[in-house]
Amino acid sequence: MKKIYRSIWFLFLGELCLGMFLTLKYMFKKPVTINYPFEKGELSPRFRGELALRRYPNGEERCIACKLCEAVCPALAITIESEPREDESRRTTRFDIDMTKCIYCGLCEEACPVDAIVQGPNYEFAKETRSELLYDKAKLLENGDRWESVLSKNIHVDKQFK
Amino acid sequence: MIDFLYSQNFINVMFIIIKIIALVVPLLVIVAFLTYAERKVIASVQLRKGPNVVGPFGLLQPLADGLKLFSKETIFPTVSNKIVFLLAPMIAFSLSIAAWAVIPIADGWVISNINVGILYIFAVSSLSVYGIIMAGWASNSKYAFMGALRSAAQMVSYEVSIGLVIITVLVCVGSLNLSDIVYAQKSTWFVFPLFPMFIVFFISALAETNRAPFDLPEDESSLVGGYFTEYSSMLFAMFFLGEYAAMIMMSGMATILFLGGWLAPFNVAILNEIPGFIWFALKTSLMLFIFLWVRATFPRFRYDQLMRIGWKVFLPFSLLWVVLTSGFLITFNLLPVNG
Repeated sequence: MKKIYRSIWFLFLGELCLGMFLTLKYMFKKPVTINYPFEKGELSPRFRGELALRRYPNGEERCIACKLCEAVCPALAITIESEPREDESRRTTRFDIDMTKCIYCGLCEEACPVDAIVQGPNYEFAKETRSELLYDKAKLLENGDRWESVLSKNIHVDKQFK
Repeated sequence: MIDFLYSQNFINVMFIIIKIIALVVPLLVIVAFLTYAERKVIASVQLRKGPNVVGPFGLLQPLADGLKLFSKETIFPTVSNKIVFLLAPMIAFSLSIAAWAVIPIADGWVISNINVGILYIFAVSSLSVYGIIMAGWASNSKYAFMGALRSAAQMVSYEVSIGLVIITVLVCVGSLNLSDIVYAQKSTWFVFPLFPMFIVFFISALAETNRAPFDLPEDESSLVGGYFTEYSSMLFAMFFLGEYAAMIMMSGMATILFLGGWLAPFNVAILNEIPGFIWFALKTSLMLFIFLWVRATFPRFRYDQLMRIGWKVFLPFSLLWVVLTSGFLITFNLLPVNG
């Protein structure tokens, strides 16, 4: 009996009809496409994008040149040189990040004791030349200034999980 | 010269040329938009949006594609046979257009209403395998050659069962004229009494036009691009247009043989008011939609499975139906009587 049933199922292309109706059902579902340049996906506050150096609200840079990030960076992308300023606080004189080496692991952000170096939500920084991706201190601070509102919010949101 | 310009012959020739242009130009536009429709249908099955940037709803996408192909360089492989290489897409393209000469789009709307129309279509669509074989041979590339061999074997195999399906329809009609076939369906479309034959015809049509799931000749995953691997720019576009024109032609054939051509469904008075070519276009579009729907649904066949289905399933099955149908017609004395 089962054999008869199965041969009828085969003769009437049962499996094929099932497949066809499945795809027909999907045809009327809403597409999941995000029209990328016009619409963007939601980003987590932990999103690890372009690197930035932050400042305190009074304009003083946060980085104290402890070089923990330089030490922890697995890709050796960070180069820091430092010397004391006139007011005897330790500050970096050189803070270079080679974004072509960076693997966006976020270890520098975790190592930083003063939340100076962070990975921001920006992922649209494709450049036409390699040298444009060798960020110096000025560029990193500029990134920090530009994204500060989002960065501080993300750090605040994520703080309770750390 | 002036005498000739006013002669009846010249007027007739001009009239035929105008008819051909009036058929071929819309046909090519439809082919272009069929590629758009294909991308949209497959996209919606896969929960994507498909082309939506060029023009409203991406409607100008086929024009952009055409422009791109026109402006590209035609590359001839150094080892290819240049003349045959050039000739192959022309043959494939012109043959798939030529088959449209006998297809009646509405009552009397046919370029050449010959009495062996169906044989003509059969002959022309069989010839189109030459374009493919020539392309595969002239390219002098293993992928193109394998694709061409597969295509030739596949088209020959499935033509046999298509032939038997057509014979089944013909014994019900008693004429090889495509318009007569449509007239014979005035009361019932052949899709109802001959439904299994319709399915066999449709599946064989998929194989005949090298469409998924039987698109082994152009199997990207194992043959790169199949017989048009080495083709680029307009020569490639001609293969492409030819394939899609053949697809529309097969849908038109299915419409004429099984879905009553230009006739309104069920002979309802109100529906009869709608002009015939709209019905023909609607039914053909439905068939084309099923072509695309099948492509979006099924994975590709393996080559031995393809051959097994062609020879061991479809051939005996359609042969059985030829015998059954003609036996039925003879037993109940229903054979069509044509003058």
